[in-house]
Amino acid sequence: MYKLTVEDLHKSYGTHEVLKGVSLKARAGDVISIIGSSGSGKSTFLRCINFLEKPNAGIISLNGEAIRLEKAKNGELHAADHKQLQRMRTRLAMVFQHFNLWGHMTVLENVTEAPIHVLGVNKDEARHNAVRYLQKVGLDERTYNKYPSHLSGGQQQRVAIARALAVEPEVMLFDEPTSALDPELVGEVLKVMQDLAEEGRTMVVVTHEMSFARNVSTHTLFLHKGLVEEEGHPDQVFGNTQSERLRQFLSGSLK
Amino acid sequence: MFLDGFGSLIMAGTWVTIELAVMSLLVAFVIGLLGAGGRVSTNPLVNAVATVYTTLIRGVPDLVLMLLIFYSLQIGLNKITEALHLSQIDLDPMVSGVLTLGFIYGAYFTETFRGAFLAVPKGQIEAGVAYGLSGWQVFSRIQFPQMMRFALPGISNNWQVMLKATALVSIIGLADVVKASIDAGKSSYRVFYFTVIAGLVYLALTSVSNLVLMWLERHYSTGVREAEL
Amino acid sequence: MSDIIQQFWRAFLWSDGYHFSGVAITLWLLAISIAFGFVVSIPLSVARVSKNKLLAWPVWLYTYVFRGTPLYVQLLLFYTGMYSLDVVRNHEMLNVFFRDGMNCTLLSFGLNTCAYTTEIFAGAIKATPYGEIEAARAYGMSRFTLYRRVIIPSALRRALPAYSNEVILMLHATTVAFTATVPDILKVARDANSATYDSFDAFGLAALLYLCITFVLVALFRRAERKLLAHLRPMNG
Ligand SMILES: Nc1ncnc2c1ncn2[C@@H]1O[C@H](COP(=O)(O)OP(=O)(O)O)[C@@H](O)[C@H]1O
Ligand SMILES: [Mg+2]
Repeated sequence: MYKLTVEDLHKSYGTHEVLKGVSLKARAGDVISIIGSSGSGKSTFLRCINFLEKPNAGIISLNGEAIRLEKAKNGELHAADHKQLQRMRTRLAMVFQHFNLWGHMTVLENVTEAPIHVLGVNKDEARHNAVRYLQKVGLDERTYNKYPSHLSGGQQQRVAIARALAVEPEVMLFDEPTSALDPELVGEVLKVMQDLAEEGRTMVVVTHEMSFARNVSTHTLFLHKGLVEEEGHPDQVFGNTQSERLRQFLSGSLK
Repeated sequence: MFLDGFGSLIMAGTWVTIELAVMSLLVAFVIGLLGAGGRVSTNPLVNAVATVYTTLIRGVPDLVLMLLIFYSLQIGLNKITEALHLSQIDLDPMVSGVLTLGFIYGAYFTETFRGAFLAVPKGQIEAGVAYGLSGWQVFSRIQFPQMMRFALPGISNNWQVMLKATALVSIIGLADVVKASIDAGKSSYRVFYFTVIAGLVYLALTSVSNLVLMWLERHYSTGVREAEL
Repeated sequence: MSDIIQQFWRAFLWSDGYHFSGVAITLWLLAISIAFGFVVSIPLSVARVSKNKLLAWPVWLYTYVFRGTPLYVQLLLFYTGMYSLDVVRNHEMLNVFFRDGMNCTLLSFGLNTCAYTTEIFAGAIKATPYGEIEAARAYGMSRFTLYRRVIIPSALRRALPAYSNEVILMLHATTVAFTATVPDILKVARDANSATYDSFDAFGLAALLYLCITFVLVALFRRAERKLLAHLRPMNG
């Protein structure tokens, strides 16, 4: 039984076809890393999974339940059932490249927001859980009442991860979570992600950190011009590279 | 015609409104430049005077200042004419309107120009000095043109506020478009209709100024790359 | 000046002996129009930025007209203008409403400040960081929750400096109320002026009162900004 399956996803912006049929399957506990050069469609793919972008074709299902879609006039697919989409979204938690924390809320409020106002968890319980998740990502109570703009990038991204954990998602989606960080702050975020992977969480991670893809993920997918050029176990993909393009990409990025 | 023979009255009133607004703008503009000079001046006395001026004026409603200045000016003038045994000179509402509005909105222009003045990067001035321009040349050729770009949104805003504030001058007896419409309304028993006409005249004036200001903003922003949103 | 103070201080502050007047009336005018403007402008500003032209366009027209004409003309329209219409005079309820200067004043003030406030809030809504909206969507917020929890609270905070400016301008704009026979501070000053011919003192006293109210409002808004805009200030602010 797969937790998350994406089948034959297509997405165009105008006449520019960005995704030309991309599929992905994730079992519980899988950590799937998506690599590829800039502009290859990695973010678009991830954003289509929880419908921040509307795909033109494809099937997305979580635990066997497909997001019900209908075709709009402009060729995009729309969620047919908004209630279902909102429910599915809380089970797919997204961590963004630029954190996208809510600026007018404190750290604690950011983490309790979706549980209270989307899932309907009561306030005390949400706060209790939030503290647990904030501790898990290594933030102590001195930060809880601060605003995001008063934290370092690494701390902000860890708050964003705690916010994702707080909805107790089935699958976590990460879009280059470390590439907006100063180099010395990358480690603290990667460490948290590695802990989550070891806990057996199901994760889909778009990343430029080849060491993470190689050592932490269970499956690696190399995207090139909107198609999966090569995929497999990281040992295979990195150790016994088949495609010439991936070889070029790896030699470029490992420089 | 649709103005029932009051067309020329309304036109004359509209003209008075425009005249009042434009002349007040000139006065306020000049006072604003001087005031901004005072606000950024290193002379503590000049600086204090300019600061008190803008703080007091902007803290008091324009209509109150208008009545205060208008009546006090008249009384002061009466005292002078009495002392000199002359007959009483009545203040012309247009002249006192222009002076009062100019004096009040000069305070708002002061703040606009001060902000614009401080917004011109120091390096621009240093570059001018480094290439041997005189103090006046630096101001007139580098600071002023660049400052106007920063000041333009503020100027637009002040102008729109001042244009609408001219309506208050009818309260001290100026025959502007508001006064003309009130009179036309009373004589024709169509008060509502003529008040709407006054509103439409203002709407036309603010719309035209909007267009002009938009054009100016485009003109003055040459050499600036706008962020595409 | 002491003459005027002795004779008129009570009227300047709160009562002319028969009715409320002076500062009390000015603050009442301000409070009611600001409260009306605030409450109504929130849905209007959401409509103003809506992609649905049928919602956005009427609001645009409303703010364009009310911001493009002087408040004094709007007051004239609602006071003398309305009451000159036969339909209004012959209708029992309209007659009662528009006969009263205070009603007309509050109506025109409320509509006027609401138009400005709507534009201020609409601008702030448009400036919401897009990533924050995206995050809210990604976490399953409905449109309503998105507005209620993220867009509006963040926009109102961002709008605070412009909004406080609008409140001060509205305080100053209340001075036209005397033309509809409402006994605000300026009306008392005019009465004092015609009773004593001491124009400088009469209007000077009014100016002083307005100045004090302005300073108090500015101080209150500064405090509110310190508290509500903490997240926009640099570290340790
Ligand atoms: N909103 C958009 N409108 C038009 N083109 C877009 C949009 N978003 C992304 N693209 C294009 O889609 C392609 C893939 O982008 P993206 O998924 O962000 O790549 P990656 O994350 O791999 O760098 C790029 O060519 C980009 O220019
Ligand atoms: Mg990307």
